[in-house]
Amino acid sequence: MFKGGVKLLDFKSLSKNSEIEEFKEPDKVVIPLSQHTGAPAKPVVKKGDYVIEGQVIGEINGFVSSYVHSSISGKVVDILPWNLPTNRKFLSIIIENDGQKKSIEKIKRDWLKLESNEIINIVRESGIVGLGGAAFPTHVKLTIPEGKKVEFIIINGCECEPFLTCDYRVLKQYTDEVIEGLQIICKATNVKKAFIGIEHNKIDLVPLLNNSIKNLKIYLEVEIKILPEKYPQGSEKHLIKSILNREIPSGGLPIDVGCLVFNVQTTMAVKRAVCDGIPLTERILTCSGLVKSPKNLKVKIGTLISEILNFCEGEIKSKRKLVVGGPMMGIQIPYPDVPVIKGTTGILLLPEENIPEKVQPCIRCGKCLEVCPMFLAPSEIGRYVEKDRFDKCENLNVFDCIECGCCSYICPSKRPLVDFIKYAKFKLRKK
Amino acid sequence: MSNKIYCSPHLHSSETTGKIMFYVVISLLPATIGGIYFFGLYVLKVILVSIISCVFSEFLFQILLKKEIKILDGSAVVTGILFAFVLPPRIPLWLVMIGGFLAIFLVKELFGGLGFNIFNPALTARAILLASYPVEMTKFTKPFDYNIDAITSPTPLFIIKEKMNIQLPSLWQMFIGNRSGCIGETSVLLLLLGAIFLLYKKVITWHIPILYILTVAILSLLTKENIGYQILGGGLILGAFFMATDYVTSPITKNGKIIFGIGCGMITFLIRKVGGYPEGVCYSILFMNTLVPLINKYTLPKKFGSKK
Repeated sequence: MFKGGVKLLDFKSLSKNSEIEEFKEPDKVVIPLSQHTGAPAKPVVKKGDYVIEGQVIGEINGFVSSYVHSSISGKVVDILPWNLPTNRKFLSIIIENDGQKKSIEKIKRDWLKLESNEIINIVRESGIVGLGGAAFPTHVKLTIPEGKKVEFIIINGCECEPFLTCDYRVLKQYTDEVIEGLQIICKATNVKKAFIGIEHNKIDLVPLLNNSIKNLKIYLEVEIKILPEKYPQGSEKHLIKSILNREIPSGGLPIDVGCLVFNVQTTMAVKRAVCDGIPLTERILTCSGLVKSPKNLKVKIGTLISEILNFCEGEIKSKRKLVVGGPMMGIQIPYPDVPVIKGTTGILLLPEENIPEKVQPCIRCGKCLEVCPMFLAPSEIGRYVEKDRFDKCENLNVFDCIECGCCSYICPSKRPLVDFIKYAKFKLRKK
Repeated sequence: MSNKIYCSPHLHSSETTGKIMFYVVISLLPATIGGIYFFGLYVLKVILVSIISCVFSEFLFQILLKKEIKILDGSAVVTGILFAFVLPPRIPLWLVMIGGFLAIFLVKELFGGLGFNIFNPALTARAILLASYPVEMTKFTKPFDYNIDAITSPTPLFIIKEKMNIQLPSLWQMFIGNRSGCIGETSVLLLLLGAIFLLYKKVITWHIPILYILTVAILSLLTKENIGYQILGGGLILGAFFMATDYVTSPITKNGKIIFGIGCGMITFLIRKVGGYPEGVCYSILFMNTLVPLINKYTLPKKFGSKK
């Protein structure tokens, strides 16, 4: 178990029991060329081109980068910068749906006959990135650097953010596909032992998972780990700490302690790409909060969030904020005409909270130090940021912060500690 | 839609500074009632004057310096009650007013207000008054003598220190509070009720108070002092649970709290044993207050992933 963290009300019952619904194909999609960590994709279509579903429209640009595919068939009507859910503008390809549902030929493959590098190449060409939110290109993760060894694969099914239930639904409804994806990943990395980490509130998945694990196609030991409901259990570092009691060194990656961690949906996307020849053109997300009908939806990448909100009867009005992602780490966006991208885990309509307009002083209660899962001193960093002493923030290891939000959550003075920390990082990077 | 953009997280705990202060006030109620019960209604006047003086001083300062008026956060009320608690039962009201003013205006607001003061306001004000008005500040009276000119009676620790030939109250009397002393310090029972409430509500952690008391207990044991009177006497319980745990003037780190608690215990005992005063809680906490920035600096936790 990891130290620190907070217990949260999970609000998952809002959408936990609603089956994944397929969201209708939108009339128009906006597909940004930068939805992932690393270099943005290069556009390979131009205005006026006709594209079909699954066709590459953005080409990989370097090793840490990703392909981008069209999620519908239709005409490219424009290529221009568009607002992303990250509140930044980036070049995006706008495609108008022709309703023909034309798609690339989906090649079925038997993954047992594939070599490791073939699997990784399919993953790369299918544009798969981490679907838990960070959107790190999966083929990069699967390519094990010289001198490193992977002992364990961990499937991250914690979904520790409140409200979100999409990964839970995927594990429930597509259990076999996730387990198949896990086997493919283990084959690609030549690993014989895997863990599936879920929080205790998803304990009903255990029989389903066990059932699926009975029919493994390769030699593989899979262990299900039930973890306590504590935020941020789903953080890669803390998941590994909880399961293996190994601590990723500061600035390191899971591979430094012999692990690779994959999100549930990423794992399923690998299966679909390798076995069914389907590139990453859709994902499953949760739309919840103050919407009238909270849902788990299968959505085409590039669908505008405004359409999804309408579908779930979410009314945008005063005293409400629109958040993309989970409530703890998600980003509030000022307008809903923003596309769903690969890393969009949730769309939440949340009440505006009663936070004092003027930043209140720190009363030095030390609660933020108690909850910080990275063992930092958020209160001290905050005080230095207020005095523009960013050098001091660096000494206080501000770059180790994972921005999980526990400190801001617990602060009795409601100080915007995450805000301070992000600002300090920004200032220090600019230097 | 909300026209303001907030940084994550978009959920916050229901804990607020005001709520914490409210809990502290609640936790001090049993001992307040105890003080009135043991020393008469005059004590209520002292407490009210102290609260009013503190809140008014804060208001005055914030008006004069054109700052945001924040008297409603409850911190001045807490200081007011705590300051009254460390005064003798028949303290003149004008002295209470001066003390309340000093606690807030001088010790708290001049240092930057809530969150920035170095010293515990209530204890510093008491220390200043003790130096300036030693007679008024050491006139302790017999419990249950409700007259305004009640019979004076030395505190148990004074009797022990001066080796006076006076019957000490029994340990049970010490525990329930039937002994002479400051308004809020005598009833260990009622103070513990409040302390348990604060621990339960997670307003305070056990580290400082338990280690503080434990240190005094161990040192008493080692030097063959009467451990019961050392713990139940003076302001140890009040100081350990309600003064030394003051957020602003105690360390923020867990290890820092441990050091702070032990340090307070050692200095308290040292003053009682070899110092000129029979009681050392007030000065020990003030002394440790000065070390807090240093303690914080050297006890910051090692970041995640720094283990080799």
